[in-house]
Amino acid sequence: MNGAEILIDGLIREKVDTIFGYPGGVVIPIFDILYKTDKIKFLLTRHEQGAVHAADGYARATGKVGVSIVTSGPGATNAITGIATAKLDSIPIVVISGQVPSGNIGTDAFQETDMVGLTRTICKHNFLVQSVKELPNIINEAFHIARSGRPGPVTIDIPVDISMANLKDYKYPEKITLPGYKPVEKANPKQIKKLANAIKSSKKPLLYTGGGIVISQAHDELVKLAEKTNIPIVTTLMGLGSVSFDHPLFLGMPGMHGTIPANYAISECDLLIAIGARFDDRITGPRHSFVTQAKVAHIDIDPAEISKNINADIPIVGDAKDALLKLNESVIPREKNSWNDKVEKWLEKYKLHYNQPTDGEILPQYVIDRINEVADEELIVATDVGQHQMWTAQFYHHQKPRKLITSGGLGTMGFGLPAAMGAAYGSPDKTVVTISGDGSIQMNIQELATCAINRIPVKIIVLNNSFLGMVRQWQDMFWDKNYSGTCLKQTPDCSPQCSGPNENCTEIYYPDFVKVAEANGVTGFRVNKPSEVDKVLKKGFETNGPVLMEFIVKEEENVFPMVPAGKKNNEIIMEDIR
Amino acid sequence: MKEKHTIIITVANKVGILARITGLLAQRGYNIESAIGAPTELSDIYKISLVINETDHHIEQVTKQLNKLIDTIKVVDISHKNNYIVREYIILKVKSNLKTRSGLFELIEIFKAKPLDVAQAHLIVELTGHVRKIDRFIELLKPFGIEEYVRSGEFAMTEYNGIK
Repeated sequence: MNGAEILIDGLIREKVDTIFGYPGGVVIPIFDILYKTDKIKFLLTRHEQGAVHAADGYARATGKVGVSIVTSGPGATNAITGIATAKLDSIPIVVISGQVPSGNIGTDAFQETDMVGLTRTICKHNFLVQSVKELPNIINEAFHIARSGRPGPVTIDIPVDISMANLKDYKYPEKITLPGYKPVEKANPKQIKKLANAIKSSKKPLLYTGGGIVISQAHDELVKLAEKTNIPIVTTLMGLGSVSFDHPLFLGMPGMHGTIPANYAISECDLLIAIGARFDDRITGPRHSFVTQAKVAHIDIDPAEISKNINADIPIVGDAKDALLKLNESVIPREKNSWNDKVEKWLEKYKLHYNQPTDGEILPQYVIDRINEVADEELIVATDVGQHQMWTAQFYHHQKPRKLITSGGLGTMGFGLPAAMGAAYGSPDKTVVTISGDGSIQMNIQELATCAINRIPVKIIVLNNSFLGMVRQWQDMFWDKNYSGTCLKQTPDCSPQCSGPNENCTEIYYPDFVKVAEANGVTGFRVNKPSEVDKVLKKGFETNGPVLMEFIVKEEENVFPMVPAGKKNNEIIMEDIR
Repeated sequence: MKEKHTIIITVANKVGILARITGLLAQRGYNIESAIGAPTELSDIYKISLVINETDHHIEQVTKQLNKLIDTIKVVDISHKNNYIVREYIILKVKSNLKTRSGLFELIEIFKAKPLDVAQAHLIVELTGHVRKIDRFIELLKPFGIEEYVRSGEFAMTEYNGIK
């Protein structure tokens, strides 16, 4: 068998059923074998970045390893953003890139880039295959590394001569020998006991959980712990859905655009139990002033996360599910106390809200809120990055894990559409919607055609405020309204020193998203009035195939609450005071 | 407080491993004072000795991040351990003439250094020893006029601990 055959055979053995990719000169031998197998579906995206985000979305929605194949040089560099996105959110994907022939490496050959060098700091591990003999082990190890421990992207760079080289006595390895790689999955019972005791003596405990709960499928155990001990829960963006939005102990997401109860609870708790969360700066603000009043317990499968950003008083290395199962056994029930009363009062007092006038401009929050009416609990929601992402985190009713697909760590605009496409391709029985903005959607808009031609029925919501809204919001609040480089309607006739919409603004907006949708074979609707929002959402969700729904929303709406950069969690700007 | 830490990393002997280690340190913002990588008695094992000037907290992070690399087998910070033999090697070129040569040779004798090349205007000498000994040797040779030197960086081995 040759290298390409070994690769495809290995992928089948790793139970890969779908590959997202884009061909090129040095991967033709691999594509040739792909052509001859009926065990793997191949989805041709329109850009390599789209292919990697699609593999990522597939992985997030299904829990399986997403796979992408790209060519060398520009194919490989186009994949970089996708790989880094998966790394920051611990998503298991394997990206296979072609490479120039072994003998040409280092000669600046046509379409040569040092893929291993480029991806070294943005993937969990990478391989450059140097001989066809190594290939079977490398494939096996790549999948094992991607999906085990703290998951992450793994890249395999395969020179074209190795894809074509023959290997006698090919056998797919049954055992993995990685002497340096043994993730600690079992939590230390002694440390669990320590945490159980800390919970017992705590007056104001708080659970702060993240994507680790989703990855280890520990959501039921988390809710069980919370209910047994009456400890309120806050979840990060990556953890949304591990507790249902309407659970009485759930306080929402903490951090920069988190809820007031979640941020107040973090500021006042005396024991913070972090599980599968990594104290990102968007949660903590300045680290030196974060939870100085509380003891910190930190459960994480990655030892390097513990005490990286915030010092842990009770460090616990292990899988979230294992730790929670053990903790649930050893922890004694805790009655509600004045802390619970206080938290409940916050929940009652500080509800997220918006005021949608019946006549006038559509508020973006309103559109998201109305999606709740057409959604069932199985709906998968992918987002792009920016204001719409935060509003989705705030106003969408997250009910189950693996339903929110969003680029949390890297904050990659252009992630939403291809990720939704990958999720939909991997879950044909589920409805997938992507919520985007007029900025983000244009970053991978070429995938509309991929959706249409492949009949992938993604519902695309574009909240069009004609701005790069999140940056504009910062300019509005902290930079004297100097709207520099954030208006998508800005023409050469505009004053370069513009501070917002005025009587000289043009009515023209490019592109016409409905026309773009239609040109790509996607059904398109545009909504200008609040009264039409429900009607179009219903129509869009009922229409077969991909649909783009553009909502012209209020241009200068800001996301609140907001903890400004550099401020503490309880220094919250609650609402717009303009 | 920043202080020098010597870290010994045992890794799988894979292509690009030194780049992985140094790249990781650079990515996380740590400066390497010295790094030596060399094969060991086992063909699939490679050892790297690093000296990093950092605070204890950062060194803990460094060792955790190094451990996280798939090819890393073991990471030990030997700075506060006394069961290690630590050595460094130096080759040094110093100015010398008729008047100073005997003074130089006195020092060479005391330090048990070894002259490698004796010429009219200079002298090349090698020395192996603990880093403090090397530092002192350099200090004492300075008045003679050091032309250049190369240091290996620290490397180490655990002592035999079979007998109590």
